[in-house]
Amino acid sequence: MTNTSKPVVLATVDELRASIPHKGKPVGKLKGRQPDEQSIQEVRALIGDAPHRRDLLIERLHQLNDAFRGLYERHLVALAKEMNISMAEVFEVASFYHHFEIIKGDDKAPGLTIRVCDGLSCAMSGAQDLLEKLPQYLGNQDIRIIAAPCVGRCEQAPVAVVHQYPVIAATLASIKEAVSNNQTQHPIDQHPTSPAYINYQQYLDSGGYETAKLISQDESDEERILSIMESSGLRGLGGAGFPAGRKWRIVRDQPAPKLMAINIDEGEPGTFKDRYYLERDPHRFLEGLLIAARVVGIDACYIYLRDEYHGCRAILETELAKLQSAPPFLLPHIELRRGAGAYICGEESAMIESIEGKRGEPRMRPPYIAQVGLFGRPTLAHNFETLFWVRDIVEKGPQWFSDFGRNDRKGLRSFSVSGRVKQPGVKLAPAGITVLDLIAEYCGGMQEGHELYAYLPGGASGGIFPASLAHIPLDFDTLQPHGGFIGSAAIIVLGHHDKARDAALNMMRFFANESCGQCTPCRVGTTKAANLMQASQWDNETLEDLNIVMADASICGLGQAAPNPVRCVQKYFPKEIA
Amino acid sequence: MITFTLDQQTIQAAQGETILKAAQRHGIDIPHLCYKDGMRADGNCRACVVEIKGERSLAPSCCRAPTEGMQVKAASPRAIKSQRLVLELLLSDMPDRGYKWQVDNETLQHGELSEWTSRLKVTVRPELKALRRNQPMADISHPAMAVNLDACIQCNRCVRACREEQVNDVIGYAMRGAHSEIVFDIGDALGDSSCVACGECVQACPTGALMPKSQIGSQIVDKKVDSVCPFCGVGCLLTYNVKDNTIVSVDGRDGPANHSRLCVKGRFGFDYVHNPQRLTMPLIRKAGVSKDPQQLNALNRNTADWSDVFREASWEEALAIAGGKFKSLRDTFGKKSLAGFGSAKGSNEEAYLFQKLVRTGFGSNNVDHCTRLCHASSVAALLEGVGSGAVSNQVNDVEHSDLIFIIGSNPTSNHPVAATWMKNAAQRGAKIVLADPRITDMGKHAWRTLQFKADTDVAMLNALIYTVIDENLGDQQFIIERTSNYEALRQNVKGYSPEAMEPICGIPASTLREVAREFAKAKGAMILWGMGVSQHVHGTDNARCLIALASVTGQIGKPGSGLHPLRGQNNVQGASDAGLIPMMYPNYQPVTDKLAHQWFENFWGMPLDNQPGYTVVEIMQKILAKESDPHKVRGMYIMGENPAMSDPDLNHARHALASLDHLVVQDIFMTETAWLADVVLPASAWPEKTGTVSNTDRMVQLGKQAIDPPGQAKADLWIIQQLASRLGLSWDYPGEHSGVAAVFEEMRQAMHTSIAGITWERLQQESSVTYPCLSPDDPGTPTVFIDQFPTADGRVKLVPADIIPANERPDSKFPFVLITGRQLEHWHTGSMTRRATVLDAIEPTASASMCEADMFALGLEAGDMMTIRSRRGTVAVEVRIDNGTPKGAVFMPFAYHEAAANLLTNSALDPVGKIPEFKYCAVSIERGGVSAIAGYR
Repeated sequence: MTNTSKPVVLATVDELRASIPHKGKPVGKLKGRQPDEQSIQEVRALIGDAPHRRDLLIERLHQLNDAFRGLYERHLVALAKEMNISMAEVFEVASFYHHFEIIKGDDKAPGLTIRVCDGLSCAMSGAQDLLEKLPQYLGNQDIRIIAAPCVGRCEQAPVAVVHQYPVIAATLASIKEAVSNNQTQHPIDQHPTSPAYINYQQYLDSGGYETAKLISQDESDEERILSIMESSGLRGLGGAGFPAGRKWRIVRDQPAPKLMAINIDEGEPGTFKDRYYLERDPHRFLEGLLIAARVVGIDACYIYLRDEYHGCRAILETELAKLQSAPPFLLPHIELRRGAGAYICGEESAMIESIEGKRGEPRMRPPYIAQVGLFGRPTLAHNFETLFWVRDIVEKGPQWFSDFGRNDRKGLRSFSVSGRVKQPGVKLAPAGITVLDLIAEYCGGMQEGHELYAYLPGGASGGIFPASLAHIPLDFDTLQPHGGFIGSAAIIVLGHHDKARDAALNMMRFFANESCGQCTPCRVGTTKAANLMQASQWDNETLEDLNIVMADASICGLGQAAPNPVRCVQKYFPKEIA
Repeated sequence: MITFTLDQQTIQAAQGETILKAAQRHGIDIPHLCYKDGMRADGNCRACVVEIKGERSLAPSCCRAPTEGMQVKAASPRAIKSQRLVLELLLSDMPDRGYKWQVDNETLQHGELSEWTSRLKVTVRPELKALRRNQPMADISHPAMAVNLDACIQCNRCVRACREEQVNDVIGYAMRGAHSEIVFDIGDALGDSSCVACGECVQACPTGALMPKSQIGSQIVDKKVDSVCPFCGVGCLLTYNVKDNTIVSVDGRDGPANHSRLCVKGRFGFDYVHNPQRLTMPLIRKAGVSKDPQQLNALNRNTADWSDVFREASWEEALAIAGGKFKSLRDTFGKKSLAGFGSAKGSNEEAYLFQKLVRTGFGSNNVDHCTRLCHASSVAALLEGVGSGAVSNQVNDVEHSDLIFIIGSNPTSNHPVAATWMKNAAQRGAKIVLADPRITDMGKHAWRTLQFKADTDVAMLNALIYTVIDENLGDQQFIIERTSNYEALRQNVKGYSPEAMEPICGIPASTLREVAREFAKAKGAMILWGMGVSQHVHGTDNARCLIALASVTGQIGKPGSGLHPLRGQNNVQGASDAGLIPMMYPNYQPVTDKLAHQWFENFWGMPLDNQPGYTVVEIMQKILAKESDPHKVRGMYIMGENPAMSDPDLNHARHALASLDHLVVQDIFMTETAWLADVVLPASAWPEKTGTVSNTDRMVQLGKQAIDPPGQAKADLWIIQQLASRLGLSWDYPGEHSGVAAVFEEMRQAMHTSIAGITWERLQQESSVTYPCLSPDDPGTPTVFIDQFPTADGRVKLVPADIIPANERPDSKFPFVLITGRQLEHWHTGSMTRRATVLDAIEPTASASMCEADMFALGLEAGDMMTIRSRRGTVAVEVRIDNGTPKGAVFMPFAYHEAAANLLTNSALDPVGKIPEFKYCAVSIERGGVSAIAGYR
């Protein structure tokens, strides 16, 4: 296309002058939208009177979103006014998170929303079929049916979430049944959706919080606990694998006040271990949290829970309230915060932004979170599971943990196994186990009619390995030479009827959907890559350029790891894309 | 310094300096788009990534400071690969046709993005071009700015400009991933949003996705001329982009008062100079056409044809009549029969020559200007108290304040760029106290808002002073060493406890005490005020209270503290300094002072009047004086002012102006005042001349001529000199631009105790110099009174004040209070801004603001016409909902000739400052009404 070198004239001065809306222009109001009294009253009824903490914006949006099944524009305007923040800030936060439904203009909120998980495990179990057939099957215009990224129930695939109620091993009929029964909330005592859990009293009765209490009473104990943690070899189980004890020491040496942020935004597709433990033994985690807070000198703890885990939220709210109303010793300030549907908030700095009530955009490092984190303070950021093991390690000694392990690796790993295995689920197994042994010893073997073809060792980001790499030990640092990593130990198993390229495309679409949109390589690269990966024959040259810029120049791990599935397919499954 | 290696070089960076900046200093330009000097680095575009030894991924050089010994590669194959790919990805989503061309070349369509792709020879491969994103629709809903997000690279520079610099907080970055987009408010069209059109975003946008509509396409202009914004007293430096003798756009320039920021008026309000209604020929009133002040009430400024009233004339004829008649009046009726109004919109040189003309040519001190209508009372109190009428600390010194006390001022509308410094301070944690009967936009940023009852300033301020003394919060050492008359103040405020004042001013006593405590204990607390303080019959008392408050707490004479009356007009400070006031020669030398009188008689070589002249409103009264009054004013010279719109009680003022035997008006438009003239002289607009202006911060700033005046319009400086010669004065100011440099030099000598160090040459070099500045190597004095006050005893004089009620209180017949003022888009009487396309498009219609409760009681809905009456006049105007307006009050901007607020206002004067009570009079309101002027609703 050729361009002429003439300016693009949008309007001449005369045209502009003629367009001056002398008549009929609403001069009767100030610039921009103004809040109306009714909306102000509705908002106040939900969130109370001003002043409001800025960091609670997402909580406030949840209150509106829950009450009105969506966010009406007039409420956003009123919320901005009540919280004394700009409309733009409210909107950019609200529009960032999947679970906030902004309702434009005169539109009405849907009566009900059903989210069908299209994560890889659910996709392999027929999610697409559900998505296609559900609208007609339910035959209700007022029900909105949308695909949702992994909801963290891969062992129960396929899953559909009716408003907040997860229908596990979903069929058209079971979804319809939930709809007709108006089953839209997640009860915490309904099996098998919710297993039985150890409540506060039960936990106390079995000796719970004794360890934390002792530590809280003896200042000199801190160094002992620190060295136990350091020699246990416990590493961050969210995926990054940073040695937990070393992190405690780093943050402990920072100036007060110090904060802790606990990441239960378990969003890596295929991962569900945190949910598994949380819905069974929540206080074991809380005790770990209290020990860490005590040893590191934390003033306030913020627990960030992914919004998909409505059942877990109910448990945590209930049990935290019990703990706080009858504390075994002086507790630090603890707040439970609700995510709103954003994979990226599993990245620790994005989580911190989200706790501050902002868009979940990862921060640049340096400075590191340990120095400048939540609200600008030194922050200890931990994954749920890391804290879950603290009590056992302290009580049983560092050796207990490090004595586990196979193939020269040390410790325990909670593998979230899903896909074509007989018994998917959370498998607590020695670090360094191979996927062959894991399937054979822990999962009852492959499903009937499926032979191991490939596996994802670390969710969406950890790459895709062929069956020929099924003999390598699964642990931190062992998979990098092969172009992958273990991350949160989410193992998705593919059989010989599955294709690695389909899995890779599923992952890249997921990344494109979940990219925060901040940096160019990830925002543009993931979308373009997902586009190119649809071709039967891949444009490997362009894809590799995208791989390079995403891996090298993205701000955070999402973009940096996004090329892993692409590169693995290029390397291990070239026939699929030729 | 930190030593590190960049590619093959070993270079040094200052502590905290980024790799990008250090590289730039060494002549190495790393590609960058989201980074812009002066803005917080965000590191999102990733075009500037570099390789750092020991790090797994590349790092953004715009955000990363090097550490000692760091090995950085900006030009390694790996770094360059990613830099190029980032640029390619961004370019792949660009539209075929861009909006911002650096040169007339079709390959460089996308501003900075194209510059970098061209330098790095990056082109988009067809495979990526084929995957161009779905492009959003253009949004051209705003009068000034076009939004073409198909050229957006999501760099967020506009968001940072809007949120972090200007703190207008309209632009957000919404959605996520590839759907991420720039939004206004909650995704509204720009024209429907709360945008105040400061244009910081278009200045920030690297690709032209946000552009001034007037400069889409090629950015090549004939010339770029440095000047100063002609609107308010903030004094923003700017650059005019000129093509074919037309200003096509304006850029903010890095001046000490604005650091490249501008507001809607400065950035988009420039085309009034090209309005076809400009006066281009001298005009003389046709014989037999009488002056009818009533006619003005129904005059449509845009359609009225002056040719029924005036005829065109040559300069020679017009000057002969203008000057000749002044001469004959003077010679017939005496020196007091003439008066002149100069202008705070003109330059220092014009103000200086104008007052010199009146003092030496007319022969009296009957010279004044609109300072009388804005800060005369503040200046009176300041001269009395601290010995100087200017500010003690500059606006952006709020950077060092813990507490910022803003009273009677609406800075986001009237001093928008100054307001940005206050908002920036609030962002970093400073506490803003907004004290005003109206809660304006600044309220959003305030720690406390004191919405006190109109007219109760003294009660409220005395309660604050009472608390300081009562709770022993004062700075005793300061009080003892640096104040006088403290005991009188202490005695006087005894009756003003917060508890006693609460029912009077409407602010809870506990709040008053809390504010007083914070004010007193702040490391720096600064007071900024506007016309809400000054335009009362007790304006001088209001200002006295502010001086006392700052003094008893020791909040003056140090950084982040002090007294700052925010000056309205671009040169009201300079015009006053230059002596454009009836009681002072240049540099505030009282005409009654023997030494000063003698000095100026010597300096000008003429006998001078040693009695103060009359002030603006007094002159209006003197026009209507009895024939027998020897001081009856019969002839007037008005340069660049529009008293037929700006004076209080317009029916009276217009009647007075129409009663003059001889009125010469020098202006750029046919103002309401010019309609009553005998001779109209077509003058030059600010961009058409060279001269200096002095801003609210005491900065003398140079503006250079950017375009030629239209037709036979002339530089004001030339016109004044021509009239001087017709009055028999033999002046000689040689040199270009009507001898402006020579005039400045004379002024510098006349005002040597304040600007001796500011020479014309220095201004050419530096653009802006702060006074006092006494020698060529004196950098200027931003903060004054550090050691002493320029009073006779070197101390600040504390002057007690008691409650004086407004001249006209509401009653059953006129139950509402009328508050007049300005709004963001319209300047003063609107003679310029109503003729600026964009400004008039944004605010095209006269309106008056009320709170919903009052509107409801009157049966009014937003946009309804209502009729407002006072004892002096009537106007019909549309009503606007603004719940910041207090109950029982109505606010009206006075810029609209079709609904002139000053038809209603009261001309009662403050006895000291002689300023009229624009901020308070009684009116009645009823639903309905039609504009007196045909063509308006």
